Amino acid sequence: MSYLHNIGSYFLMIAEMFRKPTKWSVMRTLILKDIDDLIIGSLGIVAFISFFVGGVVTIQTALNISNPLIPKYLIGFATRQSIILEFAPTFISIIMAGKVGSFITSSIGTMRVTEQIDALEVMGINALNYLVFPKFIALMLYPFVISIAMFLGILGGMAAVIFGGFGTLEDFITGIQIDFIPFHIIYAFIKTFVFAFLLATIPSYYGFYMKGGALEVGKASTTSFVWTSVAIILLNYILTQLLLST
Amino acid sequence: MIEVKNIHKSFGDAHILKGISTTFEKGKTSLVIGQSGSGKTVFLKCLLGLFTPEEGGIEYDGKIYANLTDDEKRNLRAKMGMVFQGSALFDSMTILENVMFPLRMFTKQSKSEMQDRADFVLNRVNLENAHNKMPSEASGGMQKRVAIARAIVNKPKYLFCDEPNSGLDPKTAIVIDNLIKEITEEYNITTIINSHDMNSVMEIGEKIVFLKDGLKAWEGSKENIFKTDNEVVTDFVYSSNLFKKVRQMYLEEKG
Ligand SMILES: Nc1ncnc2c1ncn2[C@@H]1O[C@H](COP(=O)(O)OP(=O)(O)OP(=O)(O)O)[C@@H](O)[C@H]1O
Ligand SMILES: [Mg+2]
Repeated sequence: MSYLHNIGSYFLMIAEMFRKPTKWSVMRTLILKDIDDLIIGSLGIVAFISFFVGGVVTIQTALNISNPLIPKYLIGFATRQSIILEFAPTFISIIMAGKVGSFITSSIGTMRVTEQIDALEVMGINALNYLVFPKFIALMLYPFVISIAMFLGILGGMAAVIFGGFGTLEDFITGIQIDFIPFHIIYAFIKTFVFAFLLATIPSYYGFYMKGGALEVGKASTTSFVWTSVAIILLNYILTQLLLST
Repeated sequence: MIEVKNIHKSFGDAHILKGISTTFEKGKTSLVIGQSGSGKTVFLKCLLGLFTPEEGGIEYDGKIYANLTDDEKRNLRAKMGMVFQGSALFDSMTILENVMFPLRMFTKQSKSEMQDRADFVLNRVNLENAHNKMPSEASGGMQKRVAIARAIVNKPKYLFCDEPNSGLDPKTAIVIDNLIKEITEEYNITTIINSHDMNSVMEIGEKIVFLKDGLKAWEGSKENIFKTDNEVVTDFVYSSNLFKKVRQMYLEEKG
């Protein structure tokens, strides 16, 4: 029952977020600030994780191909496919649910606890538009983060090939070019946009509607991480089924 | 002027406000007093439109709140200033930005006009040198004053303060109380203050509404509060030895 209630009020929140827009001159600064906090602030960790996990994917693939009949370019191919299809869009989004998500929940939750949201509403401001909409717009740049993750993941794989001595660079490059299906990129970015939407709205929901004090802010961040991850994993499954299986 | 007519407010099974009626006049500081948990904050939040009473209504200068359109409600709220129990300053903005915020949201003033107005009200609350501090770097008393400055910057018609001097030393508390009273008279605002502090009552209470368990137990002026025989009120007022003494002296004087 309470799940249904939560899902219902989540959708009401999204509708409310687009109503009574905040003055553009104010909204612009809010969006820029959120781009800085949510997008620019995440680049470092995303770059670090992508590069090294890309390397590990390559090493694992190489170590598991012992059959001499399997062509060596398969290492590059497998790296490309796993990074573009799943690692960059999905895995990085789960990490972002932890980083960006808990930041959003705790910052909005703190504003709730300290009555800053009430202060906005007393002034006649649509607090949902003021707080959530700029995050939603900022996260429309999330595909940019994921492109970087894809690029650095493959670069990490390449570095592993060169420094670990798993085959030749030529084979790897052949592998990442072979049997390329452009629709996979479209699929990956459709997922990315959907996940960006979840990353902006689910943590906001848990922050905005929380009750209690500082302790509850911490709990709300944890709950928000769990449910954002669950939503990402479920939608990943549904979208993959819809878009890739024919 | 604000007229409150028989408002009821419940949360689930808990009936918090059980039918309160009163009026608050323009240019006067009215105090709502009562014990912790008596419903003062809930009452104030009903006046602000943050809570909707299930029964009864509130009129602002003759306009019935419940009958207004969403736009009219928003315009009315832009004319309200609120000082929250915990100040509720925006912690991502400097003190100056906090004070300028209502102007940025609701006026078409240029940056320098807004800055001038913010400077003016910050001076009015005696905060000349704190413009670029963050709220977290300001003391509790400074935060309260910033909250007052933010509440009055856009020239409100109604000012609501939830325990504006709780947690402050007696001297600062009196400064804040008098500041609110002066501003109320200067700009002819309808001001309502929640308090449980008898010092505030003595300093600035032109009209006093006493709440107990969600009901109005008494109302009157600060002069009358020491004369009343209403037990609920005397119980509250003379809970401190200081005021017991004052009453004794008053009665002796009267003979
Ligand atoms: N949002 C809410 N949901 C449920 N109950 C509430 C809510 N807000 C207040 N209450 C209840 O209403 C009652 C009155 O609370 P209120 O905050 O108005 O007291 P108060 O008179 O302002 O006290 P204090 O002087 O301590 O601030 C309390 O029992 C409180 O638990
Ligand atoms: Mg209170």
